[in-house]
Amino acid sequence: MVQLTVNGKPQTLDIDPDTPVLWAVREQLGLNGTKFGCGASLCGACTVHIDGEPVRSCVTPLSDAEGKEVTTIEGIAAPDGALHAVQEAWIKHQVPQCGYCQSGQIMSAVALLKDNADPSDADIDTAMAGNVCRCGMYTRIKAAIKTAAKEV
Amino acid sequence: MVTRVEKKAAKKAKRANESRGRKWTRRSFIGAGAVAGLAAGGALVVGIAIRPGDRTDKLAKFVTDGDEQLVTTWVKIAPDNTVTAIIPHGEMGQGIHTALSAMLAEEMEADWEAMEIMEAPAEKDFANFELGREFMMGGANIPGPLFDTVNGLMLKAAQSMDLQITGGSTSVRFTGVGAMLTAGAAAKELLLEAAAQQWDVPLSELRAEKSYIYHGEKKAPFAEFAVTAATLKPNLRPKLKARSDYKLLGQSLPRVDIPAKVDGTAKFGIDAQVDGMKYGTVMAAPVHGQSVAKMDAAEAKAMSGVHGVYNMGDYVAVVADGYWQAKQALDMVEVEWTSADTDNVSEETIFAQYAEALDNGEKTVLHKSGNVTKAMKEASSVYEAEYRVPYLAHACMEPMNATAWVRDGKCDLWAGTQNPLGTRMVTADTLGMDSENVTVHTAFMGGGFGRRATPDYTNQAVQVAKKAGVPVKLIWSREETTQQDHYRPSVLGRFKAGLDENGMPIAWESSFVHKMDPPEASAVFYDIPNVKAQYAESPTHVRLGPWRSVDHTQHGYFTESFIDELAVNAKMDGYEFRRKLLKDKPRHLKVLDTAAKMAGWGKALPAGQAQGISICESFMTIVAEVVTVDMSQGEPRVLHVACAADAGFAVNPDGFKAQMESGIIYGLTAALFGEITISDGAVEQSNFHDYTMVRMDNAPEIDVEIITSDARIGGAGEPGTPPISPAVTNAVFKATGKRIRELPLSRHDFGAAS
Ligand code: FES
Ligand code: FES
Repeated sequence: MVQLTVNGKPQTLDIDPDTPVLWAVREQLGLNGTKFGCGASLCGACTVHIDGEPVRSCVTPLSDAEGKEVTTIEGIAAPDGALHAVQEAWIKHQVPQCGYCQSGQIMSAVALLKDNADPSDADIDTAMAGNVCRCGMYTRIKAAIKTAAKEV
Repeated sequence: MVTRVEKKAAKKAKRANESRGRKWTRRSFIGAGAVAGLAAGGALVVGIAIRPGDRTDKLAKFVTDGDEQLVTTWVKIAPDNTVTAIIPHGEMGQGIHTALSAMLAEEMEADWEAMEIMEAPAEKDFANFELGREFMMGGANIPGPLFDTVNGLMLKAAQSMDLQITGGSTSVRFTGVGAMLTAGAAAKELLLEAAAQQWDVPLSELRAEKSYIYHGEKKAPFAEFAVTAATLKPNLRPKLKARSDYKLLGQSLPRVDIPAKVDGTAKFGIDAQVDGMKYGTVMAAPVHGQSVAKMDAAEAKAMSGVHGVYNMGDYVAVVADGYWQAKQALDMVEVEWTSADTDNVSEETIFAQYAEALDNGEKTVLHKSGNVTKAMKEASSVYEAEYRVPYLAHACMEPMNATAWVRDGKCDLWAGTQNPLGTRMVTADTLGMDSENVTVHTAFMGGGFGRRATPDYTNQAVQVAKKAGVPVKLIWSREETTQQDHYRPSVLGRFKAGLDENGMPIAWESSFVHKMDPPEASAVFYDIPNVKAQYAESPTHVRLGPWRSVDHTQHGYFTESFIDELAVNAKMDGYEFRRKLLKDKPRHLKVLDTAAKMAGWGKALPAGQAQGISICESFMTIVAEVVTVDMSQGEPRVLHVACAADAGFAVNPDGFKAQMESGIIYGLTAALFGEITISDGAVEQSNFHDYTMVRMDNAPEIDVEIITSDARIGGAGEPGTPPISPAVTNAVFKATGKRIRELPLSRHDFGAAS
């Protein structure tokens, strides 16, 4: 039995505490926005926040999230549904192609901007290098992060 | 619609007919009937349905015309005046739902803002005949994924009925131009005619705008004329607008699929949700073609949450309560695979085999002009080079997956696929079912690039679901996705040029292994009077498949490297050398000049930096790229890519640019790092640590300039990829003096060069 908060809602999950957070949110909680890409902390598609810090949920056991606050892509818009500035910027720059990596990209970008309101190119490179976009939308991601930085 | 059984009989009959020499000609292939009708709920449905064998006198002219427009795409108007475009292509990020619906709206004068889009179901009525037509009747290109399907799955003729493929950069080129524009214009004409009748006014006084019909100040929604329009006969050849009159097309419309892709609600194949569903994962024979010799699953079966462990012949499957449990259990299954000669195949043996095929194998000539043998003899010198490229995996971000439910003689399949209708047919074959009982539910694809045109992963899902007796979501691990791909072929190519006294080529001969598609990939558009391009087959057990731009990836690299070598040999600037050989090709020249100008070709650069140029034509789009590399750190770092592209006309310019950016990064990953190697018969790479990707910290800046010409609309998804590898290696040569004749660059050591 693992107790945690997901997107503001308390949850109790009766599964093996070794189960990665990725599969718990997807299969137990039906939050499918978080994606499986590599299962080995190599691509960033599964990025969520635990207590505000970006983590790769595919290699983070549920037990690590015990008593903590997990935020997924479904939880970053305002309670009234207004999109996060990063999401708005993603639309403005028409960032997603296939879109599969984008939940992870957005979660990494949101975390970056929380710590660094005005990231340089090098800061963006460092913070985002763990997120692969096979569709290669890096120039748009970078531009969108800069746009969002002005809004956050 | 024919049933599965009838279909089998028909296939047999067709085979017999064909062997008697009955050719599948244009006349027998196409019959057409125009349809408009009222669907349930009072919606007007406009389409032009095509049935094979339905040849009426009335249509004879149409059928024999060399420039006919056939429409298989449907547009619906609901009573609330909502116009719905039904799109026969999957969305994998290429923005095709947006581009095609805009094409329909443009000609129909529908309100694009209020338009609805629906992906066509995997039904025969929505088979993409435009694609088939281009293929069967000598269109310019054979789309990549199609080739694979034709080879592997069905009889050519019967198969032409099952085309619903997204690939070969065909969606806008064929479906859009051939079907969407025409369907829109036909629908508009019907509605105007209906309004003329209902209002009793001359047709010429009416106009359509934003889903309304106007007569002076008077206006009424399209829907008001739907009933009358449905009784009229649509015009197969409506008048189409001139490009200069477009209002929507040529504008950068925001893509309709994007909002769902930023808030986590977009539904990909992997997000399918079915009541009572279990999760499965598989491990296939690491050496393709092998099968399970022995399996010990006792430990796996005893694990909690495990529903079943199955020996599936050439793969092992585990079904459990969750993916992670299934994967844990699969790792505990002990499998011994059968062995064969292929166990000894390696990188070295494969390339030795290729060399042998080029040395002594039988060759088929693909392109020939002039007299190469004679010209080589007369040449004042001869220049030769040999290049090689490795196998490449697609590495779609979304691992292969599909969800299936097989029960009561029926099958439902949920999957992201580039080929829904073909998948439906293959599924029916696999299950021995009537295809009527198979339903394919499509979803967004987390990348396709050609991989999702091959239905092996869907086939496993239906087989495992059948075994398990419950709905199963089957997900491949990243490792499985990397090792059980259908790879871009590894290729060895030999090039030889006969040169005049100034070093300009008068003869060009290329020999290479493998030919997939399209055949013009190995053609040369440069002004060289004597050309011969030939290939030898040299199959291995490694599975091959179409990979973004198909044969253009290897041939773009070969041709543009060799041309660059010839320029260096002639002591000429690579850009000027190409210009000379393109003097009669104004479109190519303009593209080349534009890219050179964008990048400031020839400008002074900091030490260690250099520029490389290349130009390729694929899927009717001409793309030139100028790359700036920095070698000062000892390994290539691509700083900037200037890309100029002429696709005739870009339907959605921002979307087109995004496709170029995407194609460039995809190709750059291949140029810098991409290689799948074979050892002991199996693929060595497994995940992103050893199948390396370009990431944010090594992605270049990219500028794209679109050139509009009066040419037919070309592709967007693939043509950005071929020029990037040679542009990079040409730049690396300039910076280091080291000519890269073998990709990827990571194989080469530049330690001392900088
Ligand atoms: S799925 Fe977690 S990092 Fe790739
Ligand atoms: S948008 Fe396709 S992987 Fe990033």
